[in-house]
Amino acid sequence: MKNVVPVLVVLAAIVGIWYAAVAPMNIRTALDQAERGGAVIEPEGGRTRLEVSVWRLMADNSEYISEGYALDRPRLPTPAQVGRELWKTTGEMALRGKAMSKRSLIYHATVTLKSTLWGFLLGTFLGIAGAVAITHSRVMDMSVMPWAIISQTIPIVALAPMIIVLSSQLGIEDRGVPKAIISAYLCYFPVLVGMVKGLRAPSASQLDLLRTYSASQWETFVKLRLPASVPYLFTSLKIGIASALVGAIVGELPTGAISGLGARILIGDQFGTPLAIWAALLAAAILAGILVTLLDLAQRITLKRMGLQA
Amino acid sequence: MALIESNEKMNGVAQEPVIFAEKLDLTFQTNDGAVQALRDVNLTINKGDFVSFIGPSGCGKTTFLRVVAALEHPTGGEITVNGMSPDEARRQRAYGYVFQAAGLYPWRTISKNIELPLEIMGYSKESKREHVDKVLKLVDLEGFGEKFPWQLSGGMQQRASIARALAFDAEILLMDEPFGALDEIVRDHLNEQLLALWGRTGKTIGFVTHSIPEAVYLSTKIVVMSPRPGRITDVIESTLPRERPLDIRDTPEFLEIAHRVREGLRAGHAYDD
Amino acid sequence: MTTLIFSIAGFIAVWAINSAIANSPDRDDRAARVFVPVMLGLASLYLWEGLVDGLGVSPVILPAPSAIAATFAASTDMLWQDFVQTVLKGALTGYVMGCGAAFLVAVLIDRSSFLTRGLLPIGNFVAALPIVGIAPILVSWFGFDWHSKAAVVVVMVFFPVLVNTVQGLRETDAMQRDLMRTYAAGYLQTLLKLRLPAAMPFIFNGLKIASTLALIGAIVAEYFGSPTRGMGFRISTGVGSLSIDLVWAEIVVAAIVGTLLYGSVSWIEKAVTFWHPSQRR
Repeated sequence: MKNVVPVLVVLAAIVGIWYAAVAPMNIRTALDQAERGGAVIEPEGGRTRLEVSVWRLMADNSEYISEGYALDRPRLPTPAQVGRELWKTTGEMALRGKAMSKRSLIYHATVTLKSTLWGFLLGTFLGIAGAVAITHSRVMDMSVMPWAIISQTIPIVALAPMIIVLSSQLGIEDRGVPKAIISAYLCYFPVLVGMVKGLRAPSASQLDLLRTYSASQWETFVKLRLPASVPYLFTSLKIGIASALVGAIVGELPTGAISGLGARILIGDQFGTPLAIWAALLAAAILAGILVTLLDLAQRITLKRMGLQA
Repeated sequence: MALIESNEKMNGVAQEPVIFAEKLDLTFQTNDGAVQALRDVNLTINKGDFVSFIGPSGCGKTTFLRVVAALEHPTGGEITVNGMSPDEARRQRAYGYVFQAAGLYPWRTISKNIELPLEIMGYSKESKREHVDKVLKLVDLEGFGEKFPWQLSGGMQQRASIARALAFDAEILLMDEPFGALDEIVRDHLNEQLLALWGRTGKTIGFVTHSIPEAVYLSTKIVVMSPRPGRITDVIESTLPRERPLDIRDTPEFLEIAHRVREGLRAGHAYDD
Repeated sequence: MTTLIFSIAGFIAVWAINSAIANSPDRDDRAARVFVPVMLGLASLYLWEGLVDGLGVSPVILPAPSAIAATFAASTDMLWQDFVQTVLKGALTGYVMGCGAAFLVAVLIDRSSFLTRGLLPIGNFVAALPIVGIAPILVSWFGFDWHSKAAVVVVMVFFPVLVNTVQGLRETDAMQRDLMRTYAAGYLQTLLKLRLPAAMPFIFNGLKIASTLALIGAIVAEYFGSPTRGMGFRISTGVGSLSIDLVWAEIVVAAIVGTLLYGSVSWIEKAVTFWHPSQRR
């Protein structure tokens, strides 16, 4: 909690720098717009202005700087503009009862969330199953673990478009399935590695003690390895859910996507409406924050009940 | 007292104590309130003394050592090291400090580890090599210079740590339970070596320990301390000769001093509370 | 059909051999540790070939490894061009710039515990966000060519490296810092001789994570606009025109590049942090 003040100060500084950066970033667009509206700008013509630095332009045309803060299609929107756009497509629509309309970011967020959660569940299940197998079977450990490590160095984004085409070729209409698979792929490795570390965490003396009780492999697993792995599991789950979200969004990028936050980003890019992109990104960031915080809460409660945390 | 007076008479000049503490107080502010780690500590340590500090946990012995090293600052009273403030003495690199853990850098060889203070203090290349070779011989680690710390046993690592503290010719050596983590056989061996080293170099040594035999075996002066608040209960001038074989631990003289130490410890620390 | 039967038999045989090795006393040999996963990989490839062949899978859904190899061999020029565009120009430039900037910022803010405490939670948060989403914005700022891709990579690798470096610098224990104080060592001396070497395991952890992110960033950024070359470009257009074997050839390149990048960083890590318990196994 003693970090609250420094964090707030740093955040305030970031917002401050952001606001200041809007002016130089948007000055060219502002001047172009003013010129189209009939004003005379020195030097004339957007092309000639490209030769002049933004600082010069701002100094010579300071009366137009403020316009840069209110553009429809800004190069760099102000935090307020992004916030307003987000509110327009979420809260405002919810208040009008249209939370789930195709233009509402809440609807798109739920689409992305669904794939994220399915992918997260699948990836976590595979990760834990793989970890149990690797811990208990030497042949799995020697043969599969190196490939699991290598698989993470392969950029999934290269496979994403193909998984989508594959599933549509196989007749799966719902885009949610390939998206969930991509999410699962991104999520399973952190969970696998974390669980392996956790299941192997008990010390040699603890394992020896159970041997003196003639405990079976299963009993050792349930009574010692599994509880010992819980802290590691939660750490990996947090990374896993963030990766699953990235996977779902990446799955929405290849052409043809119409719903989901990734799709909104794509459409915003295609229609040249940067504010839509920023709002979708902010929504994705908020979604990520909520998911990780929920897991963090779950971690605190579970560890407390297990006596592993004060 | 007689020893000090005769020294002064011999030199014709008043011997300035190396470490002088008067009415030293140190109170820590913790979450649970104020803790008085040191109260009214008065102590004089002269050049060439080997002083042991012994007492149960929390009696302030480590704290006192840290005050001498300027790693802690007193809240009352006065303390001088070599006639100046501990901070000044630290800046002048007047002492070497040996911690309970060897604390060698695993990414440096033993030689490079010993060179660490010399690098910081700006010694020349030849000078560094000279000093490293000298102290390696002093602690009997010749030939191990190119090894890494994790290739050495605990006792050898601790010897390297002592070598590091000796590398820059400081006149004072401050050691905080340096042999605490080692087994008794290694400990005996290192005690012997430390005593021999002290005999050869004539340094002033401040040594914190939990072990009564160790304190009595090594020191010319034993400071018995007790906790809550940290204070000195007894200062014993050892009557044992400077040259001591390990067998001296079985002599009646040794046992008498050890007994006095034990009495001092019991007096300051009732085990019923 | 025969390929399928042989490949299934082969897979089972390899698994049996691997089990034997895994349970034998020689299992910790270097040779054994390389042989087992490699054999599994080859057996899996053969099984893939067998399944595609035996089950008559359409090449549009899943091409056989032999077909991919053929396309790979036939398109080396194009693949090389894509590699230069995406990896050398986009990913590597961004990686070097991003990691360098993150390292510098970490060292600079290390001086102020206030800034460190404020920036660390924020850095952790941003590192968990889907940063790939800013690719279209960076393309609109920096244009279609590799500069925007490098920019995406810079943003993606900055935070993980920053967070790991800051944590690494904090790791030195009180005793080590006390020792430096007894030497009256200055801030710079303590930083260079103690805290930076001690932070290396953490820094390399960040660099390894960054190496996988760099490639992802460069490829995804190309989905949002690219001159007519680049791995991401080739994959998205290949998918659109159903040249799936070409797409797979690019994936093979991506896999090789990714492994090499990660492997190189690990190799340097081993050399620099040879002293760390995890490397001395």
